[in-house]
Amino acid sequence: MKTPLLQFTSNGIYCKKAQVYLDPWKPVDHAIISHGHADHSRYGHKKYITHHRNVPIILHRLGEINVTGKEWGETFIINNVTFSLHPAGHIIGSSQIRVEHKGEVWVFTGDYKTENDGISTPYEPIKCDTFITECTFGLPAFKWTPQAEVLENINNWWAENKAEGKTSILFGYSLGKAQRLLKYLNTDIGEIYTHGAIENMTEVLRPLVDFPKTTLITKETKKEQLLGNIVLAPPSAHGSTWIRKMVPYVTASASGWMTFRGARRRRAIDKGFVLSDHCDWTGLLQSIEATGAEKVICTHGYADIFSKYLREQGYDARTEATQYGEEETETALASKSTAAV
Amino acid sequence: MKNFALLIKTLDSTNKTTVKVQALTDYFLKANDEDKVWTIAVLSHRRPPRPVNTTLLRTWASESANIPLWLFEESYHIVGDLAETIALVIPAADQSSDKSLTTFLQEMIALKKKTDEDKKAYLYKNWEMLNYYERFVFTKLITGGFRIGVSQKLMTRALAKATEIDEDILAYKLMGNWDPNTISFQQLVLEENESDYLSKPYPFYLAYAIEGEAADLGDINDWFAEHKWDGIRSQVILRNDDLFVWSRGEELVTDKYPEFEKFVGIIPNGTVIDGEILPFPNETIGTFNDLQTRIGRKNVTPALLKKVPVILKAYDILEWEGEDIRKSPFIERREILEKLFKDVAEDSRSEATERSRNDIPLHQSETMHFNSWDELAQERDRAREMHSEGLMLKRKDSPYLVGRKKGDWWKWKVDPLTIDAVLTYAMRGHGRRSNLFTDYTFALWKDNEEGEKELVTFAKAYSGLTDAEFRKLDAWIKKNTLERFGPVRSVTPHHVFEIAFEGIALSKRHKSGIATRFPRMLRWRKDKNIHEANTLEDLKGLIPSHE
Repeated sequence: MKTPLLQFTSNGIYCKKAQVYLDPWKPVDHAIISHGHADHSRYGHKKYITHHRNVPIILHRLGEINVTGKEWGETFIINNVTFSLHPAGHIIGSSQIRVEHKGEVWVFTGDYKTENDGISTPYEPIKCDTFITECTFGLPAFKWTPQAEVLENINNWWAENKAEGKTSILFGYSLGKAQRLLKYLNTDIGEIYTHGAIENMTEVLRPLVDFPKTTLITKETKKEQLLGNIVLAPPSAHGSTWIRKMVPYVTASASGWMTFRGARRRRAIDKGFVLSDHCDWTGLLQSIEATGAEKVICTHGYADIFSKYLREQGYDARTEATQYGEEETETALASKSTAAV
Repeated sequence: MKNFALLIKTLDSTNKTTVKVQALTDYFLKANDEDKVWTIAVLSHRRPPRPVNTTLLRTWASESANIPLWLFEESYHIVGDLAETIALVIPAADQSSDKSLTTFLQEMIALKKKTDEDKKAYLYKNWEMLNYYERFVFTKLITGGFRIGVSQKLMTRALAKATEIDEDILAYKLMGNWDPNTISFQQLVLEENESDYLSKPYPFYLAYAIEGEAADLGDINDWFAEHKWDGIRSQVILRNDDLFVWSRGEELVTDKYPEFEKFVGIIPNGTVIDGEILPFPNETIGTFNDLQTRIGRKNVTPALLKKVPVILKAYDILEWEGEDIRKSPFIERREILEKLFKDVAEDSRSEATERSRNDIPLHQSETMHFNSWDELAQERDRAREMHSEGLMLKRKDSPYLVGRKKGDWWKWKVDPLTIDAVLTYAMRGHGRRSNLFTDYTFALWKDNEEGEKELVTFAKAYSGLTDAEFRKLDAWIKKNTLERFGPVRSVTPHHVFEIAFEGIALSKRHKSGIATRFPRMLRWRKDKNIHEANTLEDLKGLIPSHE
């Protein structure tokens, strides 16, 4: 049997022909990186190739690394294997990685979403034979409401809290969700304050996207200044002394996990807004169909359930274990230490 | 329904008790009387009988959502709540219904008698029409078990605020048997109606576990101690030559304990006793495991009555000669109770029947007085020998309060028994623990016939860890699953936990041959490997020798 174009190894997804890894989880020589979240872009590779919009992000997160930026659709050939990056719509600079050899095409999605969020380059389906897809929200229970509606609810929530003289604290991942929220917060309501982790990442992205003004919370920030305003913070800051000093406040989280009532109650968050940077159930099924792929490999998320469903729909689908998904799981959130302000 | 769904949404959107109470109060001020009664009923677990069984419900929901049943079931295991799963998987609708909560509930009551075809049509119509929250609430009313983070106590507090009726009085009015379908808000909440009170129990006074040292409670002369019995907390009511037995869960259990019929005519009318139903096989107090054979049996057979008879271990008296005496000091209530015992004893002796004192299944829970906290601690050490869970400390001048209150009553349990066991299976939790593996099965070592060591399941536990520990273990379980059986996963034997439990007894119902009472995780023994866990023999060694 011939070696598949991409293999799942203990280091990561490997193209033997080109001796290149896609989003490897162990240090390797050549890595092509889909996007800047920590579970996809790790330390220690000798060479990184990624989309140029992701370059400032991983330089900020990983420090001095050897990285080359590519354009969307720009092909680069390694040992007769043709690679190109295509928008994944997950966060700023996030790509799908297309791999072609002798007419056979594989696409690895990294993480992706189908809705255009206005700051990430929108997702484009790419025709392929084998599609390696994430399925973080691969259950029919997940169905997203259009972003405009969710963001309007978030702004209304902020305005209500302001009317009650309270500070609004909104939790979202420091890379991706925080900027998506920031872009659409209505600055007519009040000012936007940030946690250090979010302020720093946003600073890196300002040359790429026009964001409203933010103010970093420092030791000198008085809680009276925050009243009626909104604070953007990473989920790990919840329950910290940093937050407790801001009373009176109301908390909310913006995440796909807020679909579950239990998830919100467990975290002791007042309000949950269902807003995700991943595909929902329908989004996953429609994208898979649009690729025309016959073979589907499901990686992180509800992979077993999702691939079983795909098989029933006539796909040649299977699951492969990876080390992705930690960025978005509760474990990762809980174990991440609260960044110092 | 709109307003009720909106109320549930508001309750769901906050984590703060004050906001919840305010939302409920506002609702009670606005809602019509019928809806108020149903809301009280639903929030105090008085739901109408389930009109559709959950198998049909799941089948129809998966059809309506156009997904295979297995995929619906998998989603349900992960979401952890049936109504929520149904509300999520069925395609979004944005209408809302002008029908009142009462109309919906009456329709559901009527639905029970309809054909499956009619039931299905009714569900489809509402599922496809209602928006997410209304659909969730609608389905929740059908599945029952309306737990949404609002306790009966919170609901009562809000109702008290809305009606300006004292909270304790309201708690009393809402107790016992009433039918939301026939009672009016006027009758239930506003009116004073003597005849309604015939079967009504009083709200139970519950104690907190003692914090710190017992000696910190001050002068020992201010306190009585009793053994803390391990049975079913109950109120026994005698009024108008009728007997009513209520369990702490506000369940009328008179029929389950026919032994107590003997009280009628012996204990005077206008008496309410607070005590513990205890198993009394062979004239000694049995284990909770013995009592298990009586709980939940609808038909109590003569054989079972003979095998596991019960007694009432009485410790307080709340009503005497028709008077509510809960405000009298405990020491005075006890005097009345003791007088009652004396009368009952004399009555049954003087009566020319064959009844002897022993035939009346009424026992006194002795109050004990100690000269020092040390003496008291020594008595506590005798708890297992006495078949009790430890001691109850009650201030001599304490009134009988409503609900769980600090200060006058404390429970001082014996330290639990413990054993180190291996985690072998995990299941996803429900409610706030949905999508998280929090319900575990533990095993101990046993030599099998070939002389090899194998792990034998002995207990399930799901409490005792911190949220952070649960999350860590959940992530580990997801990565170390061996096999899946629906919602249950077997995991690599790797983690050792110190399991604490209150009691232990031999049991034929358990695979290990042993039943433990209230097992929970005391500590995650990360310092131990699985071969250092205990054996089944070690566990057997903890069973008191006289059993």
